[in-house]
This record gives sequence, C-alpha cells and structure tokens, in this order.
Amino acid sequence: MNSLLIYTLRIADCSLVLGQRMCEWCSKGPTLEEDIALSNIGLDLFGQANGFYEYASKVDGNKSADELAFKRNEREFYNFQISEQKNEHFGTTMVRNFLRDAFKYLFYNELSKSNDVTLAALASKSLKEVKYHLRHSTNWVIRLGDGTNESNSKVQQSLNFLWQFTGEFFEMDDVDKEMLNEGIGVDNKKLKGTWDKLIIDTLNKAKLKKPEDGYMATGSKKGIHTEHLGFLLAEMQYLPRAYPDAKW
Amino acid sequence: MDEKKFQEKIDKEQKIEPKDWMPEGYRNHLIRQMSQHAHSEVIGMQPERNWITRAPSLRAKMILLAKVQDEAGHGLYLYSACETLGISRQELVQQLHDEKAKYSSIFNYPTLTWADMGAIGWLVDGAAIVNQVSLQRTSYGPYSRAMIKICKEESFHQRQGYEIMAEMAKGTPEQKEMAQDALNRFWWPSIMMFGPQDSESPRSGNAMKWKIKRQTNDELRQNFIDKTVGQAEVIGLKIPDPDLKWNEERGHYDFGKMDWEEFWSVVNGNGPCNKQRLDHHRKAHEDGAWVRKAAQEFAKKQLTN
Amino acid sequence: MTEKTTVWEVFIQSKNGLAHKHVGNVHATDKIMALENARELYTRRNEGSCIWVVKSSEIVSSESEDSEAFFDPSNDKMYRHPTFYTMPDGAKHI
Repeated sequence: MNSLLIYTLRIADCSLVLGQRMCEWCSKGPTLEEDIALSNIGLDLFGQANGFYEYASKVDGNKSADELAFKRNEREFYNFQISEQKNEHFGTTMVRNFLRDAFKYLFYNELSKSNDVTLAALASKSLKEVKYHLRHSTNWVIRLGDGTNESNSKVQQSLNFLWQFTGEFFEMDDVDKEMLNEGIGVDNKKLKGTWDKLIIDTLNKAKLKKPEDGYMATGSKKGIHTEHLGFLLAEMQYLPRAYPDAKW
Repeated sequence: MDEKKFQEKIDKEQKIEPKDWMPEGYRNHLIRQMSQHAHSEVIGMQPERNWITRAPSLRAKMILLAKVQDEAGHGLYLYSACETLGISRQELVQQLHDEKAKYSSIFNYPTLTWADMGAIGWLVDGAAIVNQVSLQRTSYGPYSRAMIKICKEESFHQRQGYEIMAEMAKGTPEQKEMAQDALNRFWWPSIMMFGPQDSESPRSGNAMKWKIKRQTNDELRQNFIDKTVGQAEVIGLKIPDPDLKWNEERGHYDFGKMDWEEFWSVVNGNGPCNKQRLDHHRKAHEDGAWVRKAAQEFAKKQLTN
Repeated sequence: MTEKTTVWEVFIQSKNGLAHKHVGNVHATDKIMALENARELYTRRNEGSCIWVVKSSEIVSSESEDSEAFFDPSNDKMYRHPTFYTMPDGAKHI
C-alpha cells in the first residue's frame, strides 16, 4: 500500500473509531443538552472520516469510501489506540477526548499547510471542528477536576489509565518520515512541547496531577490494537458484511 | 381577567402567553400534554439510537445520528415551553420516572432490523408530522411556536425513513423482505399513535373548546392514512390491512379494525419495551448525577472566587 | 431528586446586521456551558452568527395586567406614523 494511502487512512480511521464511541452516548448523556453536544461531536468526526475516506478512495483507485470503512479487518485499521478506548463514564470520555483533541488541534493546524491540496483543505475544515471539541473537552475536564472530591477522583483515575495511550501521538515511522520529506505530512515529534504545555495548563486548572510517563502503548500504525477494536468493528461492519450484495 | 374573557381570546384565535390568566384546567391539560410530548421525543430516541453503531454506510450513520439528535432537541424545545407554565424540568422528569406521566406508546416496540429505521422515519415521524402540523395552530403561544420550529425540522426525518424503505424495496430480495416485515410490524401501532377513536376519547371536549387541540384523533388518523397509502404503492410495499380500500363516496380510504385491546395493554405497561425504555432513561439520569453535581459545585466556586 | 439548574434564555443573531431574536431556553450550570448548549440546540442548521444567553431570573418582563396601561395609549397616536400625513402632489423625496 502506498504511503499517502496509509497516511490518509490513519487519519480517517481515527475519526471514524472515535465517532463510533461518541454515538454510543446517544440517549445516555448526563443532561439532554450534553447529549446533543456529544452527538454533534460524533457528527463532526464522521464528517471528517468521510472526507478523508473519500480522498483515500481516490488514492486507492479501487475501493469506495464505504468499502474502506466497512470491509477492512482489525489488523488493517490504523487509528490511535486511544480512540478505541471505551467511553466508561462521562469523565473517562472527556479525558480521552481532551488528550486526543489537544493533539489533533496541533496536528490539523500543521496539516492544513500540507503540499497535498486535498489533505490541507480537509485539515482546515477539521481544525475548526477540533477547536470546538478541544474547548468542550477542556471545559469538562476542568469542571470535573475542580468539581467535587468524587469527580476529581474519578477523572484522575481516568487520566492515570489513559496516559499510556498518548505516546502514540508523537511517533514517527517510515510512512510519517516519507510524508514529511515530501512536505505532505506533519512532524509529530515537534508537536510534543506545545501539547505538553496545553495539557499541563488544563490539568492545573482542573486540580489534576499529570501521570508519570511509564509504559506507553504502541503499534496502531502497524494495525496492532487493544482488544476493544475487534468488538467495535464487528458491530459497525455487521450489515454490509452480512449482505455483501446489498446497496443501502 | 376571567373565564369569559379568556374564552373570547381563544375564540378570536389569539394566543395565550405564559403571564396571561388561564383556567387551572387549561394549565393542567397543557402541562400534561406538553410534558408527555417532550417525554415522547426523548424516549423516542432509544429505539432508533440502537442502530446508529450498526448503520450500513457512512452516510446512513450520519443521517440517523442527526435525526436522533433532533429528537433530543425537540424534547428540549418542549420541556422549555412546558416550563413557562410554572413547572421545572426536574419535576417533569421525576413524573416520568415515577410513571405518573406517559409517553407515546409507539416507542414501547422494539427495533429488530435496519429496516425498522425506515419504517419509523416514514410512519412514526409521518404520523407525528400530521399531528404537529395541526398543533402549530394550538392556542398556547409557547407550544405553538415550539411546534412550528419542530415541523420545520421534522420533514427531513420522514424523508430519511422513506428513502431507506424505497432503497430496500428495490434492492435484494432479502432487503425487500426486511422492509416489508418492518412495515408489517409498525403499521398498526403507527395509526394508533393518534389515540383512541373520538367516541372513546374522554378529554377531547375541553381540548377542542380551548383550541389546544385543533382536529380530532379520527380526523388526524384519516389524514395520515390517506397520505401514506399512495407512498407505499409507489415503492412497491403492501400495507398489512386487507380492508384498506379507497371509498369514492367519502373521498377517503376505508381501513380495518384496530386492536384496541393490544393498544391499551401496551399503554398500561405491558408492551415489549416499556420497562426497558424507562430503565434506560432512569439509568442515564442516575449515571449522570455525579457529573451534574460536579458542574454545580464548580459553578458555585466561580461565584466565590 | 431535587437538583436545580439555572435556566438561561437564548437570543440568536442569525445574520450579521440583524437583531438578536429570542429562540427559547437552555439549562446550564455556568455561562460557558450555557453558550455551548445554546449553540448545540439552536444553531444546528446554520441559524446563527452570534449567541447571547441571559439568566432567566435576570429578565424583567412587563406584566399582562399592565398591558392596557402600557400599550393601549400608543394605539391612538397615529400622528407618529408617516401614513398619517397627506403630502402635496408632486412633492418628492419626502
């Protein structure tokens, strides 16, 4: 598979998988207003996924966007492992999204300067959305961190668990390096400093402790995931796989 | 301001606003009707949200999520309008949880296949549209304005459902069978959404006099059936009513006997999903309690800082 | 269960240059949440370029029993409307 295709699929997969998690919140939000907010985030993510899959489909020249989304298996997905982590309670969802939103905000900002015109345009659009997502998740991390003792304890635990998935953001493998050399891709390593600052600033306001860097999960760039992805894909892909000849 | 002046306003097609004098009966009827309408929107999210994670294409997924999200929005418009009558959303939700308030019984049926998304959008939202278009002219200002806003958003809901059914009806044999099966299961519950027949409807009198209700249950039901039969024919699906027949004299479709025993049984708690729907709502509410508490504490801290 | 949240009235300016219009209310615990909830609920279809939220408790409203005294007196002052005046034929720009 060519590098541009892989690079694009990584972005598309990440949005799709997190979108799936977000739509699990539908009708389960802590307030009705927040239910709508979570669905809006889901819609933005699916819109992003769709845009990047459409481009991937062009680059691939063979499979449609839907085929890329619904017919690839577990080892062919390249989303960050953090995206597939379960929602658990609202605090875990907000912390997961916050850590990822902060990275994507910096990432899309850089990608919007890409030599690849399509990726740049998709990144610009996604940047507007992720700016709002980051604002939303940041505000909730602060409310929950600096809310009650119970809420602080809950999100501290979420943060402690999810921290291991943040290492993947800053990896640069051969595909990343090739894309960077061509002026298409982003230097993920360069984003770490700013990301650290963004995170610390919010954690301080939220009265939360930044976890120590310990074991860092890795492997999604090669299609290595946590056990959650299999279940997520089984549910998501069931209909097209059960009715291969059907058009919907 | 008294009952006579109030009724004159109603008869002159003037709107009643929150600060106007109104008979207790009018206020209570509205609180019950508007809150049950709101509860229906919110509970109505559940049967459809089941299929969002399993939607068969990216487009279908986004559309369904947007639609269900709209239902939450409609619930909010209606709770908001209901609160103008001097009751809080918290009290209304408590009434729902205590089973003192009801919601539309159609949502006590399960969604078993993807085709159910088509059937619900086409028939359930279709029936809701007929009802809501009529309610746009209701006498209570906030309710009327909420209905106007909702109607603007609702027609996409029906179209997305009908589109699903149309595509499946002309798809593979399995798809067509799935679509027909969904229509078979949702037809009768949908036409019973309009409520008991006029002859059996105890509260209709005042509702019509006070122009809360603008058309009777039977009128609305007939309206819906007349509109829908042709739509089924266009996509090649059969409505499961052997007595359905165009009546040239009446200028309407005649239709078969509805099973009111089943209807009342489900309304009174014996439907397939009654317990599940309320449990889901209660659980979401309870699970969110610590979040709401934290948000309140945080807000308090900002005031004292 | 006696939680109480603050109710906020929402005003949306749909396009630059137009006045803000009241569209309904939202529940929220702080003003940032109120703005965001208003955005989620009332601007999904491109209906907004600016949002105001005001705590419902801050809204001062005229009372309906005062409406005769408040509003009827302006009904008989037609001389405030330009249509009250007959202009000579031929007069332009007036």
